[in-house]
Amino acid sequence: MGADGGTSRASAFERGGAHRLYRHAHSPVHALPPHTKLAAAFGFVVVVVSTPREAMWAFGVYAVLLGVVAYHARVPAGFLLKRLLIEVPFVAFAVLMPFVAEGERVDVLGLSLSVNGLWGAWNVLAKGTLGVAASVLLASTTELRELLLGLQRLRLPPLLVQIASFMIRYGDVITDEMRRMRIARESRGFEARGVRHWGVLAKSAGALFIRSYERGERVHLAMVSRGYSGSMPVIDEVTASRAQWSYALALPSAALVVCLLGWTL
Amino acid sequence: MHVPDGFIDAPTSAATGVVAAAAVAVSLRGARRELDERTAPLAGLVAAFIFAVQMLNFPVAAGTSGHLLGGALAAILVGPFTGVLCVSVVLLMQGVLFADGGLTALGVNITDMAIVTTVVSYAVFRVLVKVLPGGRRSVTVASFVAALVSVPAAAVAFTLIYAVGGTTDVSLGKVATAMIGVHVLIGVGEAVITALTVGAVIAVRPDLVHGARGLRRRLQLRVDGALVDVPAPEGARTAPVAARTSRRALWITGLVTSLVLAGVVSFYASSNPDGLEKVAHDKGLDTKTEKHASADSPLADYGVKDVENARLSGGLAGVIGVGVTVVAGSAVFWVVRRRRTPDVSPTSTSAV
Repeated sequence: MGADGGTSRASAFERGGAHRLYRHAHSPVHALPPHTKLAAAFGFVVVVVSTPREAMWAFGVYAVLLGVVAYHARVPAGFLLKRLLIEVPFVAFAVLMPFVAEGERVDVLGLSLSVNGLWGAWNVLAKGTLGVAASVLLASTTELRELLLGLQRLRLPPLLVQIASFMIRYGDVITDEMRRMRIARESRGFEARGVRHWGVLAKSAGALFIRSYERGERVHLAMVSRGYSGSMPVIDEVTASRAQWSYALALPSAALVVCLLGWTL
Repeated sequence: MHVPDGFIDAPTSAATGVVAAAAVAVSLRGARRELDERTAPLAGLVAAFIFAVQMLNFPVAAGTSGHLLGGALAAILVGPFTGVLCVSVVLLMQGVLFADGGLTALGVNITDMAIVTTVVSYAVFRVLVKVLPGGRRSVTVASFVAALVSVPAAAVAFTLIYAVGGTTDVSLGKVATAMIGVHVLIGVGEAVITALTVGAVIAVRPDLVHGARGLRRRLQLRVDGALVDVPAPEGARTAPVAARTSRRALWITGLVTSLVLAGVVSFYASSNPDGLEKVAHDKGLDTKTEKHASADSPLADYGVKDVENARLSGGLAGVIGVGVTVVAGSAVFWVVRRRRTPDVSPTSTSAV
């Protein structure tokens, strides 16, 4: 059960690029069944989003909660912070907000800032960062295959899960194909410098599409010849015990208490 | 345009989540019709393609570069249902794995970037292909316009969602101006790349382009120096030919109807963005207005002159108006067309 068994089973598919998000370790968080973790992360983010922005202390408590989870999952702080960088474009937007928002204004260091804008920036930054941190923790403690099984367990339509698993399995293959085409272009002296070169890039994209589609047809034929009839057999069914559920849901429950306090205080 | 957690409030996120779930459910059903039991591997591979192509950066100018959103491309290449599925799966995986776009904002992101872009672009594409003279060039032109409209349409959808459930206090006018202004520019890039890509695929494997299925020539044999049509297999060819004239009439009526609607809607819509521009002007944000004023000229150079040009020159209002009404207008005709699909499908899926 959980990550320990999962890693030994992991096929070559999952060693690829997307997998680098996963951080192998043996921890109580890794060992939890994937669907409990998904539910916990989602519940946590929902609670965070519904917290009033004026309760600033609540967001501090949320961060501490995530820190506790990260500690139990043996995810180092540096790793977590580096992953948070994905948020940077939005931080730029949040920084702009106090300058363009409406409402009464306040002078800070000689700059006229909107009070509402400051609150808005804080709101987006705090909630966005906590959401990203929760997703990062989820992805770094759960293997891809497990994540997909967990989604299926949470009643995502099986067809959608299959599509997602094909996308992940072949994502690296297709990306590599694209990389080889780029190397082929560059070794012939091509360098994309401006709009005039869009045609070449678009032709590459077209060729990539044809290759992907034809590969999809071959994959389908290979599957059919091995007895595929529209649904994938699930050989590693995951179930969660009551104890595992309560362990996983400790995070959103604690967050919910904080949120309710935030509304009442 | 990946929306993070906390940017849209919880009720709106939940509502868009319901919309997204419903649309994905419909698409799952529709994709089975487009791809039958090959759905999972093919849609998966196409999703991987969309994922890869979003990483394909193309240089714009002065060191900046953009990348494809892919909604229009997916819809035209593999059909609207599969397109919605592929882009949704890409967004889902980006949200869950890469933390790109919040988990609670998944509904917003799917509604905005998967559903709106795909549906709008496919509706526009379909109508244009029906109306323009048949041929590869018209497919390319239609995919250009479809992609061009799809990106600002997504920006409009985002602005609407923001208007309903935005958590920040930036005025709607500013958000609309910034979002739509920037996305008209992005739309131009998207349109050029999409059209070129579709053109490249059509040149090699026209049978793979879902949007160009009607263009397939019948097989001809040279018998004693003269070209002779290969006899139709068994009655499969006759049904669509019989339906063809009435269908074309239907589509032209549809376009005319939606253009009449476009006149009405863009009349109302035009006063609104003008107001926004005024707000932007008052607030000293007119740099952005300058941007889309200049963005009009490349649009005006291209393809569809009669109707689109007049609207586009009216500014963004026209783009939005035509986009929205073409969708509204063709939704009705889609329903009619849907009824006819059973007798058409044998021919359209015959060649793989």
